Amino acid sequence: MNLMSAISVALLALRVNLLRSVLAMLGIIIGVSAVIAMVSVTEGAKRAMEERIASFGANLLVIRPGSSAFGGRRGGAGTATFLTDADVEAIRSEIPGIVAVSGEMSGSQPMVVAGENWTTNVQGVHSDYFEARDWFVESGRAFTPAEVRSGARVIMIGQTVATELFGAAGPLGQTVRVGAVPMEVIGIMAPKGQSSWGSDQDDTVFAPITTARSRLFGYQFGVRDPVFTIYAEVAPGTNVSHAVADIEELLRVRRNIQPGAEDDFSVNNLAEFIRARNETETQLGVLLAAAAVISLLVGGIGIMNIMLVSVTERTREIGLRLAVGARRADVRNQFLIESVVLCVTGGIAGMAIGVAGAYGIGNLGDFPVSIHPAIAGIAIGAAVFVGLFFGFYPAHRASRLDPIEALRFE
Amino acid sequence: MAAPLIECRDLTRVYRMGGGEVRALDGVSLTIDEGEYVAIMGASGSGKSTFMNLLGALDRPTSGSLKVAGEAIETMGPDQLAAFRNRTIGFVFQQFNLLARTSAEDNAALPLIYSGLKGAERRERARARLQQVGLGERMDHHPSQLSGGQQQRVAIARALVNNPRILLADEPTGALDSQTTVEVLGIFDRLNAEGITVILVTHEQDVADHARRQIVFRDGRIVEDRR
Ligand SMILES: Nc1ncnc2c1ncn2[C@@H]1O[C@H](COP(=O)(O)OP(=O)(O)OP(=O)(O)O)[C@@H](O)[C@H]1O
Ligand SMILES: [Mg+2]
Repeated sequence: MNLMSAISVALLALRVNLLRSVLAMLGIIIGVSAVIAMVSVTEGAKRAMEERIASFGANLLVIRPGSSAFGGRRGGAGTATFLTDADVEAIRSEIPGIVAVSGEMSGSQPMVVAGENWTTNVQGVHSDYFEARDWFVESGRAFTPAEVRSGARVIMIGQTVATELFGAAGPLGQTVRVGAVPMEVIGIMAPKGQSSWGSDQDDTVFAPITTARSRLFGYQFGVRDPVFTIYAEVAPGTNVSHAVADIEELLRVRRNIQPGAEDDFSVNNLAEFIRARNETETQLGVLLAAAAVISLLVGGIGIMNIMLVSVTERTREIGLRLAVGARRADVRNQFLIESVVLCVTGGIAGMAIGVAGAYGIGNLGDFPVSIHPAIAGIAIGAAVFVGLFFGFYPAHRASRLDPIEALRFE
Repeated sequence: MAAPLIECRDLTRVYRMGGGEVRALDGVSLTIDEGEYVAIMGASGSGKSTFMNLLGALDRPTSGSLKVAGEAIETMGPDQLAAFRNRTIGFVFQQFNLLARTSAEDNAALPLIYSGLKGAERRERARARLQQVGLGERMDHHPSQLSGGQQQRVAIARALVNNPRILLADEPTGALDSQTTVEVLGIFDRLNAEGITVILVTHEQDVADHARRQIVFRDGRIVEDRR
């Protein structure tokens, strides 16, 4: 008996009892659709997060005083000693594989020009900052190392600030009062969009860190040339964890930390952050897989039940087929194929519902949704497996019937 | 003379159930030649169906030997028996046993699925046999759209579709009225005239009169065998 005619016999048997077939498939449909919807939504969220992190710079190390984890509390004055320009220089000259390193110090300042005013976050940075963050001027120019050394009164402004302060007029060459200090706009930054925590990254102004320190944030920090944060970019292909260890060792020496004592600073790496996220996602994936297995198990038991009913109902048919020459394997295969067809039909329906559901959820909650093409293969593969596994016992029972007794069955 | 088509010696079939046992066949010896037309008669429970099931290789004897078309039935396994039935035997049942919601053509073609024939050839042969039993106009009808006599003719077409040497019919007219009984017996007569060995079970003397040999069973034994 060939496969095609077996499949058409199976489809006929399923059509004859359409409602019952659909009910039997329900477990598979619900299981497959739920799993596909959940996987697609979580996959989409993960992708979006990865894109945001990539826009921040994956090879970036973030060094802060205090021992907080990435994105955690900032070690402000009093909680730990500041890092300094000297630390920045030490990292630049002593750590191999560092391509750019910059200190950063920031605060909110009012900006005034020609009657317009706008309060924004002013960041004092070294000239390497832009390379480290992969963020460059779109028009005009960036300040030079010499301007940083001399404390020049120049700024580069983000897109939001440019729009708010100057509207349609060209800001380049204009003088803006930042706090109490007049500064010349020499560059406009390329648009960067939202940060991973949703703030507008273009609502910012960059000034040489020396200028910001002496003229804008004019209070005492208790150390010479302090910085809040150091950003260091590791060359692509460099072992990031080695670079982290090297920096930690350097700073421990520079900050006189005794062996055995805890660091009073932290070196965090976005790649690690991503890895930590991925681990959580792996755990979520295990949960999803468990949900999938359980739903397929329940679905499979439904299939087995309906197949047993079908075998009993069609005992006479089986007897007839045996009488006219079906071998046991023919009968077994016929019911196995029916079971697989039932499961695969359910799997396809579940997949369609799952994909539609994922887009529905994505639309409602404004999530990105990512549907992996492999999901189709996995869903169908799982359906075939369930069909074979749970169809085997009923099919085997059918093939072991005695033709005479089967023909006499009422 | 050629070896007989069917040769049974001391054929016994005992059903065991619960504590007791039923000797449904009790030492039957008999030969049937190719081309014979045999009616088997006897009271209910006398072992007629049991005997037919053995001849049709649906069942194996408890003891004794049975040779059909040169094959020793008692030595064959289930799949060998299935292949043997497919090649050699055509069955007609009292209850027709057609597949519901399946066209006359597909019903008649059923045995050919298990002979490994291609779809086109299966259809062609099924159509030829339906034509032969006078159902050329009803190929696409489902059993529910056919009369009892027509259904039995579809079943006969199915039994004939693989060119069997032996046609076995257990009370083929038991569910038919007298008019359709005559029609169905006419088909059997014609088939036998064409050389097929026909063996049928019946309770009715006028049905048995179509055959040229009548065998009567009682309590699992042959009590009469007249030609
Ligand atoms: N599967 C079985 N298990 C137990 N006993 C059986 C079985 N099949 C038949 N018998 C018994 O064997 C005996 C012969 O049965 P069989 O069916 O051959 O009779 P029959 O001559 O065909 O009768 P009928 O004319 O009523 O069809 C009966 O006593 C019956 O009860
Ligand atoms: Mg009987």
